[in-house]
Amino acid sequence: MAEPLLSVRDLIVEFPTRRGTLRALDKVSFDIQEGEVLGMVGESGAGKSITGAAIIGLIEPPGRIAGGEIWLRGQRIDNLSPEAMRRIRGKRIGMVFQDPLTSLNPLYTVAQQLIETIRTHMDISEKAARARAVALLDRVGIPAAARRIDDYPHHFSGGMRQRVVIALALCAEPELVLADEPTTALDVSVQAQIIDVLKEICAERGAAVMLITHDMGVIAETADRVAVLYAGRLAEIGPVREVITAAEHPYTQGLMGSIPTLTQTSDRLVQIPGSMPRLNAIPQGCAFNPRCPKVFDRCRVDRPEAIDRGGRRRVACWLYDGVKQEAGNV
Amino acid sequence: MSDVLLKVEGLTRYFDVSKPWLNRVIEREDKQFLTATADVNFEIKRGETFALVGESGSGKSTIAKMIVGLLEPSEGKITFDGQEMNFASGAAMRTLRRRFQMIFQDPFASLNPRWHVGDIIAEPIRTFGLAKGRDVMREVGRLLDTVGLSAADAAKFPHEFSGGQRQRIAIARALSSKPEFIVCDEPTSALDVSVQAQILNLMRDLQDEFGLTYLLISHDLSVVRHMSNRIGVLYLGRLVEVAEGKRLFTNPKHPYSRMLLDAVPDLALSGRRRQQVEGEIPNPINPPPGCTFHPRCPHAFERCKREIPQPVAADGSLTACFAVEEGRI
Amino acid sequence: MSDKTQIPAPRSWMFRAWDSDVAYSFRTSPVAIVAGAVSLLIILLAVLAPWIAPHNPYDPSSLNLMDGFTPPMEPNAFTGNVYWLGTDNQGRDIFSTLLYGARISLFVGFAAVLFAMVLGISAGLAAGYRGGWVDSLLMRVADVQLSFPSILIALLIFGVARGFIPPAYRETMAIWVLIVAIGLSDWVQYARVVRGATMVEKNKEYVQAARVIGAHPLKILVRHILPNVMGPVLVIATIGLALAIIAEATLSFLGVGVPPTQPSLGTLIRIGQQYLFSGEWWILLFPSLTLLALALAVNLLGDWLRDALNPRLR
Repeated sequence: MAEPLLSVRDLIVEFPTRRGTLRALDKVSFDIQEGEVLGMVGESGAGKSITGAAIIGLIEPPGRIAGGEIWLRGQRIDNLSPEAMRRIRGKRIGMVFQDPLTSLNPLYTVAQQLIETIRTHMDISEKAARARAVALLDRVGIPAAARRIDDYPHHFSGGMRQRVVIALALCAEPELVLADEPTTALDVSVQAQIIDVLKEICAERGAAVMLITHDMGVIAETADRVAVLYAGRLAEIGPVREVITAAEHPYTQGLMGSIPTLTQTSDRLVQIPGSMPRLNAIPQGCAFNPRCPKVFDRCRVDRPEAIDRGGRRRVACWLYDGVKQEAGNV
Repeated sequence: MSDVLLKVEGLTRYFDVSKPWLNRVIEREDKQFLTATADVNFEIKRGETFALVGESGSGKSTIAKMIVGLLEPSEGKITFDGQEMNFASGAAMRTLRRRFQMIFQDPFASLNPRWHVGDIIAEPIRTFGLAKGRDVMREVGRLLDTVGLSAADAAKFPHEFSGGQRQRIAIARALSSKPEFIVCDEPTSALDVSVQAQILNLMRDLQDEFGLTYLLISHDLSVVRHMSNRIGVLYLGRLVEVAEGKRLFTNPKHPYSRMLLDAVPDLALSGRRRQQVEGEIPNPINPPPGCTFHPRCPHAFERCKREIPQPVAADGSLTACFAVEEGRI
Repeated sequence: MSDKTQIPAPRSWMFRAWDSDVAYSFRTSPVAIVAGAVSLLIILLAVLAPWIAPHNPYDPSSLNLMDGFTPPMEPNAFTGNVYWLGTDNQGRDIFSTLLYGARISLFVGFAAVLFAMVLGISAGLAAGYRGGWVDSLLMRVADVQLSFPSILIALLIFGVARGFIPPAYRETMAIWVLIVAIGLSDWVQYARVVRGATMVEKNKEYVQAARVIGAHPLKILVRHILPNVMGPVLVIATIGLALAIIAEATLSFLGVGVPPTQPSLGTLIRIGQQYLFSGEWWILLFPSLTLLALALAVNLLGDWLRDALNPRLR
């Protein structure tokens, strides 16, 4: 297989506090291929946003990357200087965040922000940059782009603003777009529009997408592969269709069953007992073991490695270990 | 005892969003009003779950707040078990107030961070004088047990609990006055899906156990479908369709209901292509004339721009749409 | 009753206080510890003055005018008495007057802050919760008052009050008038902060939950909202204490504060500055240093508390 666009290896992110060091990410590894859409799901606090922040070098101090490596097309980027990282952000990795208002500066027009970003990363004239900006806005579906480009962010509605942010993220032709909950702040009827725009335009330009969301439905529609995080660890990763229809990790199985759907017939939802442990109280062995219906002795002692299940699928669960123990046959 | 527990008639609420008086005089502007809900009518039967769905700005939370007395209606009336609600009269409302409760969206904001969990749950018991002395805390312990926590949790503070556990505490508080009717305002939208399932299951169990009636406010159609017997769809403060639960999902009438259904992400991976929904919700200060949905509606015609459609019964549902009324869709 | 319904006692408040983030921040901040120690020392000395002070400066019969102007640590030329910090023009022991002076200053400071707090919190809660004309009225009054320097307002109130009080009571009432004057000139900042915080808190869902069950507004204000708006109030109160002590010293220095028979630190400084150029430097220096140390320590404590309670800086 070709060299991946982004490769994350055994990433560890720690937050020192006075009550000990919290491990927000614990040995997370995954790849993103060229032009691929990787979905990243998990409950709040599972570490999905921190993974994104680590990749673009924006972990808030005192948090820090305490181990592992991040490679972007063969270049190691987790140990770059802030200055070098700034050049990668925007140019090689575009970003779309949950709240469009935080990504746009309210004091500048959309044109000023787009043109400045384009010209920071590309050596072209102001006029060419403006033409490019208008074309981009048009492409993300802003009506009368040539006129509206001179408006300020607050002149746009929520959905339109998020389209502007997408244009801003893509204006320097990045190789990877990091979208952290891009639709969470939007109305249901607008969410679908935004996801479509993001997916289409990235496919057109061959940009890979890392889509962080808690909404399994968005992942199902958009992603090629999905990574499921639990308590800062990767539980399962694999092609979307397989993970959704035939989840292997008991946590993923529970998660999928607990989502009410428009077609389900049963009266009760599948529920996982308890809740995700806090970072200061992660149990020994598998982090999911106290809630797992298929738990056996080994789960309480050893932390499961990601087990290769073939077809680019990995599951961190002892159930799938070759030397499955007797007690595991439940 | 009548079958209808709650009846809402012509419920309307304006908000004055004018600039301050001095600015208005200088800038020669008129007073501005935002119509949060307009002429909303519905009934909730004893023991059922009635849901109101809509996007932000549809007025669903405003309706919930008017029903529990957090907001005063500008027009219209609310009748609870045959008695008209009049929140201005303290004494008459006291007995009525005990019979309804509310569960809020954000379990991080709905519990006073400086209070012990026990005192939070005991507040309604003490306010209504339902128990005295040691019996109060015994009742609190029993309630905590009912919602799946332990009596020992009464001595803790809210920050020691996760979001789902906090929502259980909020539910225990709502149950503590032994209400018949609970308004649930987006009870799970701040929670993770696996926790959402726990809370929804708990709400169902409690409904069966105590014969509760729910008004469920939500923007999540799959939650609404899972929980409710009947559903009202709101758009810009107006009820556009009221239908039996499953019926709305198999046979939506109003074009907006259809659009909302189309916008739900497809988890079953049936390959169904979502229909693109055009446009966004207009500004409620200056809503479009006639049917407020007409600028986004694929079936709009001349009449929709002039007249406001009234709900018409057809096929077991009430729909406010000229296209449906005239049999064009 | 089954085991299940037994509710254990909450963990002791002392443990929770020691374990809290604020306590931790205090333990790890050298500035806060030093400032706290200095404040505590001065407060203790002042409170225990009647038992510690070698002389009672308020008792004229114990004074000997011959002891006047004794320099620190030197025997008096006439009586041979030695005083640590020397004596003033009337032969009063400076160390003793300092203790008693700090006592007056601290009493006036605490009382004025308490008065301003009660007034400001009540006004802020009412304005923030009720809104409408109550809010407009209270905040316009506050605006008007803020446009004058507070010392000017204190002077004004002091002057007016003296006009109303019969001369026979002026001496005994002076200290209370001073407290009211400083308190009235200072309530606005409490009111503004509490009003803002109240407007945020009253829309939170826990307040709505209390309103749904028909809890009385006064109960909601006192039991629900007040505990949640006290954080910033404590910060202002600490810094306000330093300001109130300085305001008292200023007024006393100007001669409109406490009478010379019950000298506060400000009064002592006023007396001392008359002798600065005639060589009796100690009469001015020691009261000034005490005031400086007290005001600085309390102020630093306030600064630390503001940072410790601000989650963004943590």
